[in-house]
Amino acid sequence: MSEQQVQGFNGTKEQEARLLAVLGKNKDVRGSIIPILHEAQDIYGYLPLEVQKIISKHTGVPLAEIYGIVSFYAQFSTQPKGKYKIGVCLGTACYVKGSGEILEKIKKILNIDVGACTTDGKFSLDATRCIGACGLAPVITINDDVYGRLSADDIEGILAKY
Amino acid sequence: MDMYRAHVLVCCGTGCTSSKSPQIIDSMEKLLAENGLETEVKVVKTGCFGLCARGPIVVVYPEGIMYTHVDLSDVKEIVEEHFLKGRVVKRLVASDEDSAEIAHSIQNLGFFKKQMRIALRNCGMINPENIDEYIAHDGYAALGKCLTAMTPQEVIDEVSKSQLRGRGGAGFPTGRKWSFAAQSKGDIKYVCCNADEGDPGAFMDRSILEGDPHSVLEAMAIAGYAIGSNQGYIYIRAEYPIAVERLRIAIAQAKEYGLLGNNIFGTDFSFDIELRLGAGAFVCGEETALMVSIEGNRGEPRTRPPFPAVKGLWGKPTILNNVETYANIPMILLKGADWFTTIGTEKSKGTKVFALGGKINNTGLVEVPMGTTLREIIEEIGGGIPHGKKFKAAQTGGPSGGCIPAELIDTPIDYDSLTAIGAMMGSGGLIVMDEDNCMVDIAKFFLEFTVDESCGKCSPCRIGTKRMHEILEKITKGQGELSDIDKLEDLCNTIKIAALCGLGQTAPNPILSTLRYFKQEYLEHIVNKRCPAGVCKDLLSYIIMPDQCKGCGICAKQCPVGAISGEKKSAHVIDQSKCIKCGVCMSKCPFKAIKR
Repeated sequence: MSEQQVQGFNGTKEQEARLLAVLGKNKDVRGSIIPILHEAQDIYGYLPLEVQKIISKHTGVPLAEIYGIVSFYAQFSTQPKGKYKIGVCLGTACYVKGSGEILEKIKKILNIDVGACTTDGKFSLDATRCIGACGLAPVITINDDVYGRLSADDIEGILAKY
Repeated sequence: MDMYRAHVLVCCGTGCTSSKSPQIIDSMEKLLAENGLETEVKVVKTGCFGLCARGPIVVVYPEGIMYTHVDLSDVKEIVEEHFLKGRVVKRLVASDEDSAEIAHSIQNLGFFKKQMRIALRNCGMINPENIDEYIAHDGYAALGKCLTAMTPQEVIDEVSKSQLRGRGGAGFPTGRKWSFAAQSKGDIKYVCCNADEGDPGAFMDRSILEGDPHSVLEAMAIAGYAIGSNQGYIYIRAEYPIAVERLRIAIAQAKEYGLLGNNIFGTDFSFDIELRLGAGAFVCGEETALMVSIEGNRGEPRTRPPFPAVKGLWGKPTILNNVETYANIPMILLKGADWFTTIGTEKSKGTKVFALGGKINNTGLVEVPMGTTLREIIEEIGGGIPHGKKFKAAQTGGPSGGCIPAELIDTPIDYDSLTAIGAMMGSGGLIVMDEDNCMVDIAKFFLEFTVDESCGKCSPCRIGTKRMHEILEKITKGQGELSDIDKLEDLCNTIKIAALCGLGQTAPNPILSTLRYFKQEYLEHIVNKRCPAGVCKDLLSYIIMPDQCKGCGICAKQCPVGAISGEKKSAHVIDQSKCIKCGVCMSKCPFKAIKR
């Protein structure tokens, strides 16, 4: 984790209060670290070291162990995400129908790589696992919106909506 | 109870929800009310009908008319024509591609004719968010029967007799699994449900949980009674928000009705179920990794034995079954093992749900009796390959499975015949590929997946899959050598034996099976530096046929890198050093003069 991100953390008191409530609720629940991390990520949008430290302090689970869990699971991110999170499904059904080309096209338009965020913080791009909407393949998601039956030519128009 | 003259079932599975089916429900209810029909026609939100390719889907009963590709703007016409005037909106009714006639009931559609729905019996039939509808379809009757009229041993015997095998992929006999756990000593035992459906292209479990969550809850309670457990866990992917939400609702409703919780059906049996969300790790579908993850750790598998039936979650005896396996249980106990064993083949009883995807007309969810041939699934149920292309292979079992080539299209689908041809049943993903798919590229795609998802605990998987991926990469770039094939085979066989868990042990399967049936395609890449399917970009070149080129200049105008030049009305040429192989020229050429 680079120095820059640590400085960049600006969690609010309100967010911290919500996190503490989650921690209190899960106090006596066995094996609750993963559910806590899910909720913490919902609150902050990502899981920077500062947030992991708070969780460690209140659960007594060593920070190293928490970091180990955060880095193991693909859904936990230590990087902030964009305002609009783009997910390109690379499941088999989408892949055989050309989702690889769609991913390339988005990378080119936004000039970012998979896992990164545009400099203005507007879009972040992820290649996702199968989201199960194979009937609509190939599929991309932007936050909660799902776009299906796409071709690479549709991408520009879709991104322009945001 | 209110009586309605018609019921409108609107699919709210993930596919149709993505195509705005919830808005269709809102608009339908509003328009029905405006026309004073709200007491005559009832709108019901259901799970998946299976024909995802033609969603959003709306079915009207009592007739069983199925409207497909329903747009928000079509709702007004359906309400005014169908419900007000009693005239079917013909242009929206589903029909088979080859038949001019419209199907007057969904049962007449080719897609449904050969299907037999046991695990999916309630999907698309009931509102998954209303426990009363599940109960009206014999829901929780099997649990009642077990608790009041059967001993735990009798329940296990019945499940064993049904010869039900695990639907998660490996096909282990469910009854045997339960009896191991029942025999294990211990006051605390756990019942787990594996809903971490990670195989790309597979969405059977998601559809069951979205369409009929109570069937899984009921089966888990039955399992708890059979093995002597009071606590269940469902481990589900966080990528399935609709399924998670419906499970939460279902658990709350079941508790409210006393069908989960303390003293179920007035007996001294108590059972509770908790949800645990995955966090995006494919390896957590492996049973030991799943349990480690529920305990709140990195989901790394551990060695077996001890098997979970002896030492599972938190060191206690545990059974873990897959969603589809559970969905079969209530029916087996209600209708009896003797009924169940009449369906299927000698060693594979019952039905199997497949998620049909890829290059096929009717993408969606199908359930067929074991022993149905691949041809029936692809041609009759799936409606064949789009654009008249040729069927090349079907891939089953995702990254752990293999492919079935066109010459074996008449293979009956069951556990043993698939294993015999080097594929596997897997959890039920069935991806169809046509002549435009490159098999080396597909093997590379799956290896990329396993390299990414390998947890890194054991070196055969961590390093071995990476090396195999590198070799495939080399081949698809045109730098392969003949010795690479031997190296690949060698690595495959070593990893199969040496890897710690199922993920690693099966990771070589996509390579082994494509090598077995499509070796020629590998050789083309290596020897002739050619990709016959035209997928591997580094092996492609686009050429303008001088005798067919009319010199119209369209290609030169369209080329994004200015690689095409030529005089008007004379043959153009492509500068290969500039060409980025995007293929635009070929798709735009009005004279089909460009070949690759």
